[in-house]
Parts: sequence; C-alpha cells; structure tokens
Amino acid sequence: MGDSIRFLLDGEVQTLRDVDPTATVLDLLRYRLGRTGTKEGCAEGDCGACTVLLGELDGDRVAWRAVNACILFVPMLDGRALMTVESLSRGGTLHPVQRAMVEKHGSQCGFCTPGIIMSLYARTVGAAGTAVPAKDLLAGNLCRCTGYGPILAVAEEAEVAPSEEDAIVSALRSLDRDRPLELSWRDPLADSDRRWFAPRTSDELAQILLDHPDARIVAGATDVGLWVTKQHRVLPDIIWLGDVADLKIIEEEEGHVRLGANVRYSEAHAALTRLHPDLGELIRRIGAVQVRNSGTIGGNIANGSPIGDTPPALIALGATLTLRRGAERRQIPLEDYFIAYGKQDRVPGEFVESVTVPRPAPGTLIRIVKLSKRFDSDISAVCGAFALTIEAGRIVSARIAFGGMAGTPARAHNAEAALAGQPWSETTIEAAAAALAQDYTPLTDVRGSADYRLTAAANLLRRLWIEQQAPESLLALEPIHG
Amino acid sequence: MADVEPRPLRIVRQPLPHDSAEQHVSGRALYADDLPESPRLLHLAFGKSSVAHGRIVAMDLAPVRAAPGVVAVFSAEDIPGKNDVSPVMGDDWLFADGEVVCVGQSLFVVAATSAEAARRAALLAKVEYEALPAHITIEEARAAGSIIEEAQRMARGDAAAALAAAPHRLQGRLEIGGQDHFYLEAQIALATPREAGAVHVLSSTQHPSEVQHLVAKVLGLADADVTVEVRRMGGAFGGKETQAALFAAAAALVAAKTGRPAKIRADRDDDMVMTGKRHDFDISYDVGFDGAGCITGIALDLASRCGSTADLSMAINDRAMFHSDNCYYLDAVEILSHRFKTHTVSNTAFRGFGGPQGMIAIERVMDHVAAALGKDPLEVRRANFYGPGRDITPYHMAVEDNVAPQLIDELAASSDYAARRAAIAEFNAGSSHLKRGIALTPVKFGISFTTTFLNQAGALVHVYADGSIHLNHGGTEMGQGLFIKVAQVVADVFGVGIERIRVSATVTDKVPNTSATAASSGADMNGMAAFNAASVIRDRLAAFIAQRNGCRADEVLFAGGQVHAGDETIDFATLCRMAYLGRISLSSTGYYATPKIGYDRASHRGRPFYYFAYGAAVSEVAIDTLTGEHRVLRVDILHDVGRSLNPAIDLGQVEGGFIQGMGWLTTEELVFAADGRLLTHAPSTYKIPTAGDRPPVMNIQLWQGGRNAEETIHRSKAVGEPPFMLAISVFSALTHAVAATAPGKGLPRLDAPATPERVLAAIADLRGRA
Repeated sequence: MGDSIRFLLDGEVQTLRDVDPTATVLDLLRYRLGRTGTKEGCAEGDCGACTVLLGELDGDRVAWRAVNACILFVPMLDGRALMTVESLSRGGTLHPVQRAMVEKHGSQCGFCTPGIIMSLYARTVGAAGTAVPAKDLLAGNLCRCTGYGPILAVAEEAEVAPSEEDAIVSALRSLDRDRPLELSWRDPLADSDRRWFAPRTSDELAQILLDHPDARIVAGATDVGLWVTKQHRVLPDIIWLGDVADLKIIEEEEGHVRLGANVRYSEAHAALTRLHPDLGELIRRIGAVQVRNSGTIGGNIANGSPIGDTPPALIALGATLTLRRGAERRQIPLEDYFIAYGKQDRVPGEFVESVTVPRPAPGTLIRIVKLSKRFDSDISAVCGAFALTIEAGRIVSARIAFGGMAGTPARAHNAEAALAGQPWSETTIEAAAAALAQDYTPLTDVRGSADYRLTAAANLLRRLWIEQQAPESLLALEPIHG
Repeated sequence: MADVEPRPLRIVRQPLPHDSAEQHVSGRALYADDLPESPRLLHLAFGKSSVAHGRIVAMDLAPVRAAPGVVAVFSAEDIPGKNDVSPVMGDDWLFADGEVVCVGQSLFVVAATSAEAARRAALLAKVEYEALPAHITIEEARAAGSIIEEAQRMARGDAAAALAAAPHRLQGRLEIGGQDHFYLEAQIALATPREAGAVHVLSSTQHPSEVQHLVAKVLGLADADVTVEVRRMGGAFGGKETQAALFAAAAALVAAKTGRPAKIRADRDDDMVMTGKRHDFDISYDVGFDGAGCITGIALDLASRCGSTADLSMAINDRAMFHSDNCYYLDAVEILSHRFKTHTVSNTAFRGFGGPQGMIAIERVMDHVAAALGKDPLEVRRANFYGPGRDITPYHMAVEDNVAPQLIDELAASSDYAARRAAIAEFNAGSSHLKRGIALTPVKFGISFTTTFLNQAGALVHVYADGSIHLNHGGTEMGQGLFIKVAQVVADVFGVGIERIRVSATVTDKVPNTSATAASSGADMNGMAAFNAASVIRDRLAAFIAQRNGCRADEVLFAGGQVHAGDETIDFATLCRMAYLGRISLSSTGYYATPKIGYDRASHRGRPFYYFAYGAAVSEVAIDTLTGEHRVLRVDILHDVGRSLNPAIDLGQVEGGFIQGMGWLTTEELVFAADGRLLTHAPSTYKIPTAGDRPPVMNIQLWQGGRNAEETIHRSKAVGEPPFMLAISVFSALTHAVAATAPGKGLPRLDAPATPERVLAAIADLRGRA
C-alpha cells in the first residue's frame, strides 16, 4: 500500500508522511508550506478565497479544475498537481490576468483577490467548467469591496491560452502510484488511529467497505469537509472515491443516462443538459465552479440532505439507484432511498454505485425550478420538479417532486393524483396546487417559512400552466431602453 | 490652514492603482495571519455563552485545561487590569463575569499549541446557567422598557400642529433588517510580549489607538507600554472599529500571562456570532403634506436593536436622526429615536453608521406620499428638496452646499428616467405575472464624526537623504485606497513621482491619539495632516535652497522630481542630500483638526458636519409575482466626490458601496432564533451579493460638476459611506414593482431585506387590501 502522499507543487514532487487524513489543503499550504497567498474566508467552500487549481492526468494532457482548498483533504492531492496563486508569478512577472486586475482596479482590500485570480487563471488554461459567462465563472468567489464590475471586466477579456503542460504530464506520470494510497495516522487530540483508503476500482471499494463497514465514504468532501472545519468532528476511517475510475462513467444511451457515483457535477453537466436543459440549469446553480468541480452526483444523493440539489429533479424524471454490497447489487426507485430525515435505505457495507435517469419521452412537459434567497450559489428554499405527459388536452401522467418541503426530497402524490387523467386546464392545476397542502408540511427555517414554501410551491405548479399560455421569462428580461 | 488649491497637481487626480494592487494579485500582500509563525506561538479560541441572558452558576474549565495541546486557560479572574473592552460606556467585557447578556459572549480563552486543539478544547467547558428573562427583538425590548439610553428627540417647528393642519396625512411603518459586515478577513490579532512588560499587538483594526488604550486598560499598563500595528485589513466596513478590541485584548492577555506570542483568528462562524452588526430598525411615520406632495409636518419614530451593550449605538442612532431628512426640507419635524437594549450581540458601526436607516425612512415617506397622490415619486422628491429659504435641517444646521437638485436633474436626463418610467407602466399593464419598477433616490450624507473631538488627525513624514519618502499617518488601510490617496497628496507636495513614497503600516508609536478610520473621514483628515507634515519639510527645503541660491523661498518650485530655485534646477534627491549635509531636519509631524464644526447633543442643535456629500441613483427592477424572485436590471449612478483625489479609487468605492447596500436591502437576511441564537452565521446561510447579482447594466459616473465648497484636501469629498445609500433606489424600485401588482391599492408594506419571501408577502398583503 502507498503510505505517503505524493503530489506536484509547481512541478516539484512533494512527499508527505504522517499526515492527518482530514487536514485541509488550505492549512497545509498556509501553515506548513508557507504559501499564505491562499486565504481562509469561510472554511466551508462558499467564498472562494482559498481557490487553487488541481490537475489530473487525462490521457496525454492535464485536466485542471478550480477547487476550494478549505474543504479539500490533504490525501486528495495524491497523484495530482497543485497550483496556487504563488505559482503564477514565480519569476516576478505578473500573469496577464494579474496585470489586468491591477490595471482595472479589480482589488480593494485584496483578501479575496488570490482566489479570484485563480478562478480567472483557471479559465485561461481551459479548466473544467470555466467556459461559462464571467458571472458564473466568479459566482463562487465572494468579494465584499468592489461590487465585481472591474473583476467581471477582466474575466470577459481573459484569453484562453493552453499552458505548456508536457513537463507536468511527465512529472505526473513519474509519480510512483503503483499501489492505492492507504494511510494510518494517530490523532494526538483524539488519541485514536484514523485511516484513509483510496481504492482504485469499485471491486476494491466493495471489499474495503465490507471489511470496514463503519468507515465513512467520502467523494468530493463538499459536505463532509464541513464536519471537520465547522463541527470539529473527529471522523472515523475514510474511504475516498476520488481514485475509483470505474465509478466515473457517464453512459448516455437512447433510453437513459447512467452516472457513476463518482461523477462530479461539472462532469455530469453536459450529459444532463442534453437530457433536459432545466436539469443542466439546475446543475449550474449548485454551489459554484469550485463546488461543482469537487462534489459528485452520487454524494449529493447518498448523504440524504432534506433539500438535496439534484434528487427532486431526478425523482421527477423517474431515476433509479443502483446500490452495491460486496458483489450484490440492487436497484431501487430513487425516492425509496430517502426513508426519513437522516435515514436512508442503505445497509452497512453498501454503497451507491450509480444513478440511472430515464430519458423523457418526446413531448413530456418538464420543468425544474429552484427558489433561493440568492440566485447563484445558494441552497434552495424550495426546489420543484415536474414531469407531465399531456396528450390531446388530457394529462396522462404526472410525476412531481419537491425538495425543501419535507424531511427528505419527496414526491407530491396527492398533487400527482389531482392531475393524472384530468383535462390540462387551469381548474386542474388549481386542484393540484390545493392538494400540495396534503402532500407536505414544510418547516420554517432560515431559508424560508412554511407559508412561503407552500405558497411558492403551489405557484410553481400554476406557472406550468401560465408558461404554456403566455411565456414570460424573468431571467431573459432586459432593461427597458437598456 | 494652508490653501491647498493653487499648487500644480500632477499625481493627485490620477487614477492610480491601489498601492498594494500588485501584492494583492500575486498573493504577496501580508495580512495578520500571513506572517511566519514562531514555534512558541500559542493559538487561541474563545469559550462562548450558549444562552442569551443568564447568571453563570458554575463554570468548570478543568476538562478544557486537561484537553490535549492546551497550555493555559484564562477567564475574568485572570485579568490584571480592568475587564473592559468597550469604546465608550465601560460595558463590554473581555470575559463575562457572573452574568451573560448574549449568545456568543466570551467566557474564557484557551491557549493551545494549535488552532484546532484550542477550538476543540473550548467546547469542553461545563457551564451551568440560571436563565434570566431575555429580550431578543425590538418588540420584546420595547415591552420591557429595556434601553441603552433615554429616547432622543430632535425637532424643529411644531410637528403636531402641522400634522393636525395638513391637507393630507398618512401613517406608515417599515422594518429594516441588520447586516453582517462579512469582511473576507475575519477578526484576528497577534500579540507578542516585549521587554519590561510591554506588548506589541498586530491587530486587524480600524482603530489602533483605541485597541492600544483598551489593551493597556485590560493589562493594567500605561498606553505607552502597548504598541498596536496594522498594515492592512482584509475589509472592515465599520466592523473593525470597536469589535477588534476583544480579540486584541485576549491575545495580549495570553501573551502577557504566558510570555509567549499568542494569536487569535476567529473562525467565520465565531466572527459572525461574536461580533456586532448593522442595527436593525423598526420605523414608523406620520406625515402631513399638500396637494403637490410637499411635506408640511412630519413625526418620525425610529427604534433600533442595539444589542446587549452600548458600543457606539448612541452615535449611530444619532446619525440615523441626522439623515432622516436626506435631501428634503422638513418644515415642522419631530424625530424620536429609541435605542433598545436586547440580549443579542451588541450592534456596531457599519458603513453609513445609522445614516442608511434614517435615510430609507424618509425615502419610504416620499414613495408613500407619491402613491397617495398618484404622482411620480421623483416629482414629490423634487417638491421637497432643500432650497433657498428652505435650507435648515432638523438639527438647525444650514445646508450651504446643496447640489442635489442640479445633480438629480442631470441624472434624470442621462438615465432617461421619465421615458423609462412611462415604458414600465406600459409593460406592467400588459404583463400579468412579471412586474417592473423604477426609482430615483438621492443621497445627502453629512461628513464629520458627529462627536466633534474625533475630528482630528496626525501624520508623520520622513524624507531620507536619498530623496525617498516615508509616509505614515493615523489612518488605516482596509481596501478603500486611503494609502494611495494620501501618498498622491504627499507626492505632489514634493513634486515627485508616486514611486518615491513608501507607505508604511499604521502604528501607534509613530502617530498617537488617532481617531478610527471611519465616518468616511480617512482621506479628508489624514490627507490634510500628511499635506501639512510634508509642507513643513518642503518649506524647510525651499528655505535652504533659496538661501543658497539667493532667491525667494516662495519662488522655489518642486515639480517633476526636480527643484527649480533661482537659475538652478536640481534633482529632488540631490537637494535632500544637500539639506542633510546642511543639517536641515527632514522629518515632520503634521496635524489637522476639522474647522467650523460643533454640536450640542443635549439640544440636538448645531453644525455636526463640515459639509455634505451628494449622489443619486436610478434603479430598474423586475419581480416575479409567483415566486417573489427579482432582478435589478439597470442602475445609473451620478455621485459627487468633489474634485476627486483618485477617480479610479472613488469609482470603486461608489460601485462597491452600492452593491453592498443592495445586499443589505435584498439578499442579506440575519435570522435570530427566539432564544437569541444567530442562525445565519456563515456564507452558507447568509447571502452577500455574488458576481451574478451585479446588475447587467451599471452606468456609474462621478459628477463632473463636483467641487467641495469647503477647503478640504484639494477640494475633494469623502466617498467611503455615501454611495452605500444609493442602493435605496433598488428598494424603492422593488416597492414600485410590487405596487404594480394591485394598481390603486396604494403603497405596499415591503420590509427589508426584500427577499423573495418578503416580496411575495407584500404582494399578498397589497392584493388583500380592500
């Protein structure tokens, strides 16, 4: 077993031994490697001040992606290349995006600036998920000073110029990674041993999980990272999915899309957009670039959040989940996975292997709408997903699911029943909207009150009808005489 | 005072980048947490109260002391001096002593060998409380009569009589939420013991002198034993004016007690839970007006949640009163201000310092009057502007520099306000589920600390024999560009390029007895102090070379890095070398005290402000009436910075202030549980604007007609706070859009922040009216 973490920092091999497996890359950089350009703004992946670039071998090139170092565990660097803000001007000459930020007055207090530079730089090297409008590129980099105008101007002008990668490719290849990483570390604060497993195949994963059923499975750590940085929890042994290649599959067939549990949001985006544009837009509004470059669809489902960014939509589309324990697999409808708040249909030793999303039949009316306090990089107050089959003015079938309305993402069976078999009319929609009150008893929390949730959910149903009569799109609005 | 206008200005007025811009973008700008750590460094974490109000019955710290990595634990009984980190009233404690008054109040500090060890250990304390009645909301405090100080009354004329006689009269109410500063760099301090009991504190603070004085007080030292230094802050916005002292004092205490350097770096959640915020307000009004919408009498009632201690709440609420006229003459006015004491974290300074809350009150009144009369709100605003014969504020100060009418005319024209308003009416008539709104709101913001003695500043300038210049002043750099502006001023005094000026960290042993960098006064006061310091040295240099060359000192010209004296032109550096050899002092302090101001708080009369800064904005919004979601589609801003010292820096302040104000009024919602716990204590739940929230069209102009009527530094105007309130236009536009959902039913009761939920509720409320 590999018992040391080896990664490239600016092309130089770094070897780490005796590392806390849940130490963050941010702390490693700042307090061990003296790279203090990378900043801590929130330690929960929301502000982007700690943005760094991770590079992985992808055939004969390096696939770069911007990630938040604050919730990235150090062993997740193994076999990868890391770049920080210090990497860009090592010779003392500013990179063009750095120069442009100076000239356009893109920094004020400067604390968010290194992270913003890394997001801008990520685009210039064609990193994952950065071929998006400037405001999307920067949605995960909070700036409290500038109002963003000068930074957006820099982003709009930043040119993609693939960097010289051959040296990094060969350096990555030369990293000794014949064996999967397995770490064991004695935690002096908790007085216990903690292990880190990084299997390479799902078969290995299945076996390790059988051997260590109490281990915590971690994929992108966009949630689990916070258990460490915010709750100061001492985690058990960890099985990390990041190196499990065969869980990274994206299978696009005529009838369905199947995603392995280890597919990140940014990797799934294109396939899910092809499945339905609303699904693509939903993915685009999960976190921001850095979070989508870390978090996985499988993790999003498996952790059982009551809101769940993707499950409401996937449930409405009729997705099924494949669970595996050892060599045994079983398939269940996705909605059956969520039993109650904090309780999922997953037995010890079992893991989510893939999710299969049927391709909707042509003509199916599909709408997926997320309501949040802030449009970008926020968690839903309510997320509604609708899939209606309408033939000859009659609703043949209806699948509706909501997030944020109950302890789990859940279907609106009463509303569905009020629609199915009925004429496609305002009266029918009103009946279904009224039925939502039987489907859900939402809670009041910081994201919205029970009243708002119920009212808005009913209005989303009404909007299905309204949009068919007179399409109005809020997002496409232009200022008058603008 | 020197008249600073006639000198040739080559560096001032240039859009130079921030002096640290290259360090910012390369990650080489050093913040307090970026310095190399001593192997002996202790890392600190606070133990915090989990209840809003209670008596501490027992506090068992043994498990904390026994935790791995813990070196020491200190609480109230360990304080050698006074247990006081408050700015004014002596009621903020370093550690609670017997009673806790809010959730998150510090109980003790843990010093450990790592930050994680300290944070984990702090959670192990066993604290027993006897619960006491807690007032969390303004309503609860009002019902209990819980106050910070007596209600303040500011009045001119007989408001009650005018209201009774008014042709039209209406009442209304508006609730305004607070706001977290969300500076990206959380609170931090690093204390290092020095010899003979002295201590050096590196603090991220806007107020190094106050931190110095409080650390000395806590440690029982003289002020001269404590040195406080700040090179830069990663944002502050008022949140590091008084709130930094708690952290600095804790670090200094540990350093003094253990003899080891000690650092406390607040985690984001601790920062948000433990430090004060913008005051939330509950506003009600009773206004009388004529058929033109001109206000004939008004009574305003401003109630705020001050939190558990006084902090700066007196001055903040005063400023709310000072700004509840905004640009409008109020002929018969009574402003009543209630300062409620609640068992929540003590609210504090935040960009605008109460001004925004006062200003939004009168802007809501304007919208309400317009709705009642069926008029364009801009028409009503214009009908109420200050003008000749209508120029006395509610605090009896004459408005002598009123440029608002002219500036607003220019903005209304350049933004095409009237035509767009008409087009929006047409759009709304044809759109059932989407509605638009537009509003033009002005800003008049008073510049000076309203506590008059604070309006003083000092600077220290050294010219070295090689012609390089070291600049220091009492102002702190939090990103606002103060250092480059002051450096530009000094460069022009000596007629040299900006590269010759070395800006240095703010340190209490260089310039003493400074005021906070606050009240937008940084460049006004430190710019003038530095100008005065530099002018002393330049005058010495001029006298020296004039005597040598047989010309008059006032004919010596410093320009372009050279000095022209009589028939001779020499390099500035050469002259410096000559002057050094000639035994001329090349170092000087400089001092400035703002003239003309004075205020009697007992009667709320006087001239609290040296001058006013003006601006105006037009915002256009759209709302979705099914979900309450909204967008700001276009913003046009015209803002008065006088004659700008640095137009690029000023534009940055205008845009940044606007977006921050927009966040306050739209997405940034602080939610406290009924038991006083703050539920929105991290960016996962507290939502400041992202890049995507920036309106797609933003036309921002500095007003070309701007020139300070008063003799400020190069006739510039302060710019830090005033643009924040331009965002009130967004809130008024949203109100306008909501009103369009039920024409003829008047003005909706939209409260702030206007989250989708509040917009939807306002629509329902309006539609439900008879």
